[in-house]
Amino acid sequence: MPRNRIKTHPILNIVDRESISFYWQDKLISTYPGETISAALIANGIKIFGHHPKDKAPLGIFCANGQCSQCMVILDGKPVKACMTLVSPGIHVYPADGLPSLPDENLPNDAQYNETTKVEVPVLIIGGGPAGLSAAIELGKLGIKTLLIDDKHRLGGKLVLQTHRFFGSTEAVYAGTRGIDIATTLDEQVRSYESVEVWLQSTALAVYEDKCVGIWKEDNTYVLVKPDMLLTATGARERSLAFQGNTLPGIYGAGAFQTLVNRDLVKPADKLFIVGGGNVGLIAGYHALQAGIDVVGLVEAMPACGGYKVHRDKLARLGVPIYTSHTILSANGNDAVDSVSIVEIDKQFKAIRGTEKEFQCDCVLIAVGLDPVDEFTKKAEEVGLPVYAAGDAQEIAEASAAIFSGKIKGNEIAQGLGLSLPEIPDEWFEFEKILKSKPGETFKVELPVTKAEIFPVLHCTQEIPCDPCSTVCPKGLIHVDEKDIRHLPEFCPEDQKDCIACERCVAVCPGLAVTLVDFRQDPTYPTVSIPYEFSRDKINEGDEIIVTDVDGKSLARLPVTKIRQIAAFSGTLIIRVKAPAAIAVKIAGIRLPAPEKNNIADEQKASRIDNETYICRCEHVKAEDIRSLIQKGVRDINQIKAITNASMGACGGKTCLHLIQNIFREEGIPFEEISETTKRPVFVEVPLETLAGSRQNKDKNNGG
Amino acid sequence: MAARNQKASHNFDVIIVGAGSIGTPSALFLAKGGLKVLVIDQLPSVGQASNKHAIGGIRATHSDPAKIYLCSRSLEHFSRWQEVYGDDIEWYKGGYSFVAYRNQEVSTLKDLLTIQHDYGLNIDWYDQKELLEIIPDLNSKGLMGGTYSPDDGSASPLRSAYAFFRQAKELGAEFHFNEKVMSVHIKSGKIVGIETTKGKYSCNLLINAAGAWARELSALAGVEIPVRPDAHEAGITEPVQKLFDPMIVDIRPGNGSSNFYFYQPPTGQIIFCVTPSPQIWGILNLATSKFLPMAAKRLIDIMPKLKNIRVRRTWRGTYPMTPDGSPIVGKVNELEGYLLAVGMCGQGFMLGPGIGELLTNMILDRLNKQEIVALDSLGLDREFARVEQLK
Repeated sequence: MPRNRIKTHPILNIVDRESISFYWQDKLISTYPGETISAALIANGIKIFGHHPKDKAPLGIFCANGQCSQCMVILDGKPVKACMTLVSPGIHVYPADGLPSLPDENLPNDAQYNETTKVEVPVLIIGGGPAGLSAAIELGKLGIKTLLIDDKHRLGGKLVLQTHRFFGSTEAVYAGTRGIDIATTLDEQVRSYESVEVWLQSTALAVYEDKCVGIWKEDNTYVLVKPDMLLTATGARERSLAFQGNTLPGIYGAGAFQTLVNRDLVKPADKLFIVGGGNVGLIAGYHALQAGIDVVGLVEAMPACGGYKVHRDKLARLGVPIYTSHTILSANGNDAVDSVSIVEIDKQFKAIRGTEKEFQCDCVLIAVGLDPVDEFTKKAEEVGLPVYAAGDAQEIAEASAAIFSGKIKGNEIAQGLGLSLPEIPDEWFEFEKILKSKPGETFKVELPVTKAEIFPVLHCTQEIPCDPCSTVCPKGLIHVDEKDIRHLPEFCPEDQKDCIACERCVAVCPGLAVTLVDFRQDPTYPTVSIPYEFSRDKINEGDEIIVTDVDGKSLARLPVTKIRQIAAFSGTLIIRVKAPAAIAVKIAGIRLPAPEKNNIADEQKASRIDNETYICRCEHVKAEDIRSLIQKGVRDINQIKAITNASMGACGGKTCLHLIQNIFREEGIPFEEISETTKRPVFVEVPLETLAGSRQNKDKNNGG
Repeated sequence: MAARNQKASHNFDVIIVGAGSIGTPSALFLAKGGLKVLVIDQLPSVGQASNKHAIGGIRATHSDPAKIYLCSRSLEHFSRWQEVYGDDIEWYKGGYSFVAYRNQEVSTLKDLLTIQHDYGLNIDWYDQKELLEIIPDLNSKGLMGGTYSPDDGSASPLRSAYAFFRQAKELGAEFHFNEKVMSVHIKSGKIVGIETTKGKYSCNLLINAAGAWARELSALAGVEIPVRPDAHEAGITEPVQKLFDPMIVDIRPGNGSSNFYFYQPPTGQIIFCVTPSPQIWGILNLATSKFLPMAAKRLIDIMPKLKNIRVRRTWRGTYPMTPDGSPIVGKVNELEGYLLAVGMCGQGFMLGPGIGELLTNMILDRLNKQEIVALDSLGLDREFARVEQLK
């Protein structure tokens, strides 16, 4: 198997699969059945999928989610998205170099068309992620006929990429369980309801005037579905960022990176640099480390990371340098990224000269925010189709909030259909708000001064909605306010000896922010239990490890006295060390072997290529072209489109519109002066033969 | 910048309502003729209504003499634009081909050739074999031949509108966007000015170039005009390598459509449009579920190779229709100073520069013979009985 496969993973179960092969540029390469072309290419070390017809710039994958259209390849003569098309043995795939030419069709054409199938259904849900699945479960419970469609080949949405345990409420949204396992649970539940039908690999294309939704189905047919009510649970798409070299192969959206690593078990990089310190960037960094990818640094433009502190702390403890008040200047390289340059910024987000730093890396992960996929909601509203939105499609928040918002929307839809149901309790809406809330105040760390002989240390100092430590304690000793689970957890022993050292709180904490300190055997050298989510084979009893405080500062080198795993908490090891009493409560984590020094000294810098800053990655429209129009007085984004073609390419503005808005902001143009653009269907490119209903269709994804 | 420092004046020689396919080139020619011009549009920038919905075809090969003349003039301006002004409006001399798969179309098209030749148009009949040499990927099955007019072509409506706009501004024309006309001021049977959502302006001449909204605007001036908008959908595919040059027009009626046309601009996409049958009246912009399957079938039927191309986007635009399918251009007898340039019936983009030049020559009293004849046939006082054969 090629070098870019992940062979061991602390969380994911890697099963032996039989390999198949297909042709890339007439050479056989090895892959697995059911894999996307993009994953297969990256697994084989192929990053460049083609070259742009306009300026011959190299193209690779960016979103891995069917949104950005940058990963086009030519499959058996036809242009397809590599990230949405599955491999099959013996197919011929070529890079998309310049404009594709269409294969000859010599078949006699006797107008063999099927009429477009029309389906009526009470409820159509677009998107089988946390929100869509939860809504479908509610509707299934009530026996309401529901059609759930998803463009991927399995249900779960982005849950299938989330290898970490979830925050939120244990009871309501499976907190403490890993996202991948929640996906399986929800999938099984949905499938258990007869009234819910699921179409996988089925992409919604448009909402039409007659309130029909056009769907491109797995079998390559085109179907019009007319629901009484539509739920868009389409999730979010990642924002792009404008910097020099921002479309070089090796620059991925965070979701693309997680898709490759956690879904496809492909290692797209050796050294990763992260842009953005929100939860997405922080979690992706942790996932990279778990997959054996070195994270050489992270920049965050704000003075502090916006994501949960516990996520930040996990990275810091593992030695990842986090640069706040910094931004990326450029990604450097000829055909793919080989380094990034960053710079410190002042309060006005202006670069401070002389603070530039360069890092060697072969991958840059962009995690600078998400936008709701709201085009279906908006079109449905325009045509007068009753529509609800749930999860990120409604408002960007954590997946736990999406699960709960789907549950509420499922009930609202049932009511909307005229079912007489009990009123949805007010507490649900309040609870949804709590789950959606941004991280609150961070309190000054107060390490426990306790006379107890055994107690957990809760390195959890920021108000976030989370309660598994409280629900998991068999003795009920950890208290989280049930009314508002954002309040910090507190250890409240009835008696000094109440804690039974079960270590479940250590194992369950999604933030890996609980340790257990046990003075019972040795009051001067207590035992400290630390959670650890890396491969078992990297750590052995007797090994000396570095223990760190919550911020990653090393405290001591200590030998491992025991390694344990609790069956119910697979993937999380509990590492016990004996530590001097003075530092025992400060210990929060374990450091991996020291990372290499990654800063390149100035004199060693590779020759810098002045790569372009692209705003529209489809049409390769440069930032300077858009800026100059704005400076000339253009205020209508439709006019910018008309002149530059920005947002008129394959993706239809999915990645560039907010970048255009950013330029307006940088130029000091008030929001009210800007005229918004028109969004038009279809929202995903679809072959004519599918729309026509041509007979003898082959499957959408079998390479036919 | 100089203009900004001057005191804003509210007096104009000509006010044009509508910064679209007609109003924008008209402003250019009028400003070039030395007139003080103001263009008012209710939308935020140039060409944002029907202009940007046009697919970009430009042909002189009509069956009506006035349209033949005006479009020949337009072709002259489009084809020479880059040479004269420098900006690339994606002009491409790809020609037009009306294809025939049935005897009916063969005779219709051949009959028209007589008039077209009388007007000196470069258009001829090509039999199946000859036509396939020009468009090799055309479905040969049942193909009986077709016309081909190599001097016709296409340009980008988006680029053209902006180019005309910039040039008109350069020559001193003023444009006001996000501004709607609320009333037309008339004194003793003569236009004296207008009032908009933002101010009052005086003028000697008012040109109605309001496209789909022409009838409402004209009502403000008390002049009833037979212009009624209907809705057409169009679509665009991903770009592919050059497959064919001409705009291909199939005038056979189909299920739900009366005719159908598509072309490939130099940028590589296939742009296609269907004329719905029956007509769908109104200014409508929402996509219908019928359009794509209908257009896809017609495209694949006529060019099987296109079955593998992917549709990228669709849109819906408006044709301001007149009863006879020809525009209404010129003075209005009962109201002095009121000029019409309305009812382009979906051909505003290709007629625009020709009509702009015609209006300018009329205002500056320098019409040539052909222009006088054209104006005669396009007047509001005509019968509207004759229907153009190649709409």
